[in-house]
Amino acid sequence: MQQAVEGRQPLLEVRGLSKSFGILRALDQVDFTLHAGEIHALLGENGAGKSTLIKVITGVLSRDAGTIRLDGGEIEPRSVKEALAEGIATVYQEVNLLPNLSVAQNLYLGRQPTRFGIVRDGEMQRRATALLAGYDLHIDVGAQLGHYSVAIQHVVAIARAVDLSARVLILDEPTASLDRHEVDMLFRTMRALAARGIGILFVTHFLDQVYDISDRITVLRNGRLIGERMTASLPRLELIQMMLGRELSETTGERVAHDRSASTPCATFTNYGKRGSIAPFDLDLRHGEVVGLAGLLGSGRTETARLVFGADRADSGKAAVEGKPVRLHSPRDAVRHGFGYCPEERKTDGIIAELTVRENIVLALQAKRGITRPLSRREQDEIAARFVKLLDIRPPDPERPIGLLSGGNQQKVLLARWLATEPRLLVLDEPTRGIDVGAHAEIIRLIRELCDRGLALLVISSELDEIVAYSDRVVVLRDRAHVGTLQDDGIDVSSILAAIAADGSVPAAAEA
Amino acid sequence: MALKRILMGLALASAPFIAPVTAAQLTVGFSQIGSESGWRAAETTVSKGEAAKRSVNLKIADAQQKQENQIKAIRSFVAQGVDAIFLAPVVSTGWDAVLKEAKEAKIPVILLDRDIDPSGKDLYLTAVTSDSVHEGEVAGDWLAKTVGDKQCSIVELQGTVGASVAANRKKGFDTAIAKHANLKIVRSQTGDFTRAKGKEVMESFIKAEGGGKTICAVYAHNDDMMVGAIQAMKEAGLKPGKDILTVSIDAVPDIFKAMVAGEANATVELTPNMAGPALDALTAYKDKGTTPLKWIQTESKLYTAADDPQKAYDSKKGLGY
Amino acid sequence: MAFQLPRRGLAQILALIVILLIDRMVSSQFFDLRLQDGRLFGSLIDVFNRGAPVALLALGMVLVIATRGIDLSVGAVMAISGAIAASLADSHAWPVAVAVALGAGLLCGLWNGFLVAVLGIQPIVATLILMVAGRGVAQLITEGRIVTFTSPDLAWFGTGSALGIPAPVLIVAGTLLVTGLVVRGSALGLLIEAAGGNARASELSGVGIRLMIVAVYVWCSLCAALAGVIAAADIMGADANNAGLWLELDAILAVVIGGTSLFGGRFSLILAVCGALIIQAMNTGILLSGYPPEFNLVVKAAVVLVVLLLQSPRLSGLVANFRKARA
Repeated sequence: MQQAVEGRQPLLEVRGLSKSFGILRALDQVDFTLHAGEIHALLGENGAGKSTLIKVITGVLSRDAGTIRLDGGEIEPRSVKEALAEGIATVYQEVNLLPNLSVAQNLYLGRQPTRFGIVRDGEMQRRATALLAGYDLHIDVGAQLGHYSVAIQHVVAIARAVDLSARVLILDEPTASLDRHEVDMLFRTMRALAARGIGILFVTHFLDQVYDISDRITVLRNGRLIGERMTASLPRLELIQMMLGRELSETTGERVAHDRSASTPCATFTNYGKRGSIAPFDLDLRHGEVVGLAGLLGSGRTETARLVFGADRADSGKAAVEGKPVRLHSPRDAVRHGFGYCPEERKTDGIIAELTVRENIVLALQAKRGITRPLSRREQDEIAARFVKLLDIRPPDPERPIGLLSGGNQQKVLLARWLATEPRLLVLDEPTRGIDVGAHAEIIRLIRELCDRGLALLVISSELDEIVAYSDRVVVLRDRAHVGTLQDDGIDVSSILAAIAADGSVPAAAEA
Repeated sequence: MALKRILMGLALASAPFIAPVTAAQLTVGFSQIGSESGWRAAETTVSKGEAAKRSVNLKIADAQQKQENQIKAIRSFVAQGVDAIFLAPVVSTGWDAVLKEAKEAKIPVILLDRDIDPSGKDLYLTAVTSDSVHEGEVAGDWLAKTVGDKQCSIVELQGTVGASVAANRKKGFDTAIAKHANLKIVRSQTGDFTRAKGKEVMESFIKAEGGGKTICAVYAHNDDMMVGAIQAMKEAGLKPGKDILTVSIDAVPDIFKAMVAGEANATVELTPNMAGPALDALTAYKDKGTTPLKWIQTESKLYTAADDPQKAYDSKKGLGY
Repeated sequence: MAFQLPRRGLAQILALIVILLIDRMVSSQFFDLRLQDGRLFGSLIDVFNRGAPVALLALGMVLVIATRGIDLSVGAVMAISGAIAASLADSHAWPVAVAVALGAGLLCGLWNGFLVAVLGIQPIVATLILMVAGRGVAQLITEGRIVTFTSPDLAWFGTGSALGIPAPVLIVAGTLLVTGLVVRGSALGLLIEAAGGNARASELSGVGIRLMIVAVYVWCSLCAALAGVIAAADIMGADANNAGLWLELDAILAVVIGGTSLFGGRFSLILAVCGALIIQAMNTGILLSGYPPEFNLVVKAAVVLVVLLLQSPRLSGLVANFRKARA
């Protein structure tokens, strides 16, 4: 079958596509090929470059280099509208239709059938009914779109896109908020469209769905193409290896062995969980110990971190700090107990872009001290200067707005923000994401140093090599549950991969 | 002028005799705009008093400045089968449908204080309003007479830009002083009909006109602005009413207080008694079948220090201004 | 870097000076000062004196806007507090009248803060409620009339003076000082700027945002209540229909002219007051100019546009590029 497809001219052909944001290479010489009538899954962890690739193809972003060919002809869409005119349509996770208009109006918005300038409602409804019947969808097209389930809204969005003469349909995480039944309905629609010769690019985090529906898989990692494979001939374990990577990078060194008997419990979570977010787990964090959280995107890593830090409120279980039961209802509670948290989304959840490096560094300490005990300007300067030097933040100017710093230096400032509070536990969510190689190594070195100084660390990373390099214990997550723990000599990349891949039969979507 | 005198005279003369005989049965619905200003509140109070004087059962509906409330009120009056409807319209258009309903129910409608769009002329019995151009004229005439042949630089505090009352009061005043070469408006700004703005604008006038020494008179489109202007003059060390003449319009109680203190010279009354003439016209119409004129103009009476301002103040202060 | 970004605040102070100079061109006596009844008297004093209510509103508004909020109700709060102060002035001692008026402001602020911080209603909608209802409350207090009073004690707040300086100017200066001390003397300023700049990140850093937001709305309403007392004292009466009408817009404009973004974050108290003075300098200039009042709003809009363009970073970037291109 592969041979047969290869023989035809591809529907969409992307070659050598590159895109940088500042010093960060979001896409590096990426190739991507979509054939007519195939369902093609685009996979990768956060920051792999999936959404950048989609944005470039649909004209939202410009490209630095590379070509995009549609049916052999080179295209250069500069907006979503231009891409749509070429026949490339996108349906996002959050359906971008108007819920307060009727289904028919949504289908024909901007191109309503008119007579003498007057919209012909009856005609529009007839056409809409007929159109949706083609998708095996028999609903009242006069009713407001918002009254229908998200799955139906997705099908309506797809119907609209395809009716606008789309030949390439891009579905960006359409199943994230659907239940099993709705996913089936969506998949029926996708198969019907593929049978009609439409090429579908499908982005999802749910590997089961990938194996359910896709013909072919393209994997990206860190902005690079890792490989393009036929789904049927790609074992799950190998796919996960492709997604998470296993070649050792320069950041890897020998694992630092700790005398575990010396480490005392720092924070203990028992049967801790939150419905719809993460299944109850037991977690024991010790001084001078690094616990790594490994799992695919959407497996519950960030959810665990947020629960530990009080950013989300647990609805089951108990938490204890140094053996004493505590309440963690808000980040304030957590900060009071000496916790710190560097979130994954640095820009939206971490830095305060217009404030200076100094202000960003002292923020958590100041919040901990309270409004009435301000740090004097001298104290602030001193703290900022100390950490700028200690962490080698560049440029070494504490009065520069943090938004002007590179990603790696922003991350160091966020680390400094927490180190200034002299925490007992630090939660780091993807601390090396989007950071250039040099800063990457420094941050790994820092994590080790902090650990040596008796800090308890909980680190999330998609970089398995990293996790292997610094973790004393690795908790493996799958489908929003903690499914296993690896310790000491048991920690290596292949064991982690095996734990992640084991038994993928539980449909992830049913949890939502 | 003469007609109005006669009407007023008729009202005064006839009320005590006719009222007890006929008006006992009369029920009148009054759709009032709301309580947007002190004058409006006074109008409501006076209307109640005038109705009580004639033993008319007056039902007042407060529309809170909304036309839809007024339309609702009129419909409910029609449903109740009142003998007549008084309407103080909040806007001038959009009344045709509801007034037709009243007409079909054979209930006469009398407009108070404000007129409506000409297309509805046959939909109401009469309109009792003041002539704001005339008010400006009375003010201007008084100033011309008082100043005599002296040169006189006038500063003017206008009402809200775009308000028809402001435009009319300016027009009437301009017409009156145009006949006198020695009267000249040197500065004119809007004080938005409020005390605060009246004071602020007057402060700047005083500074711009050499500390107020070259100002001979202030004309304000309403008394509230004048009350503010009087404060500004006093704070600048000037003596309002003596160094600078004042004339304004409305005749609210506070201007009489200033007059008693010798700080204001003249005001032209916008009478809050619109209901009185309306009730008289209504009585005549009901009893004798006399169709009133389409427009009953209320008197624009001039008050000066010679008119016993203390008495005027006492009679007005309880009206709700 | 080929060009120097304009120093923060320079644009506003320059604009104020330029407008004052234009005022001087319009009216030759603009900078003349004399003592009248022991009080400084002149157009320049008018700018400060008449600008006082908006300056007070701006002092509260700037904190609200810094948290990425907005308070549309300040004009209505002015009307309420003015109505209360005027109603009590002749029957009670002035401290009682002022305290009750400010107390009403406090309640208004708590209400706004509750809606925004606890119920999570968008600030523009939450404060719109009080903007509409508040004026009605004020009208209920005054029964739709202008409530006048004669108490010279309360009148001092509007027309009194100390050392020749008008009372409203002193009150603004005092409020500026107190606000500055509270905000910059404690950690509040930093935490407000952090919360306004990025609420999620601040919350994840342990900043207690809720209480802080309630506090800034309370402070904003208190400033508005004080402005209401001044406005009532100035005309020795409370005009519930007109007191503070549309002043919320002037206050927001003052804050924006003062360089604080409506998207929250960095703020400056002094520049907000400076913004209020720019607006008033313009108003006074227009009144002195003798132009027909129909031009007032057009002139005002043009000047505001120029001031905002002056401080637009994009424009200064364009200018710099232009210079570079020529060099």
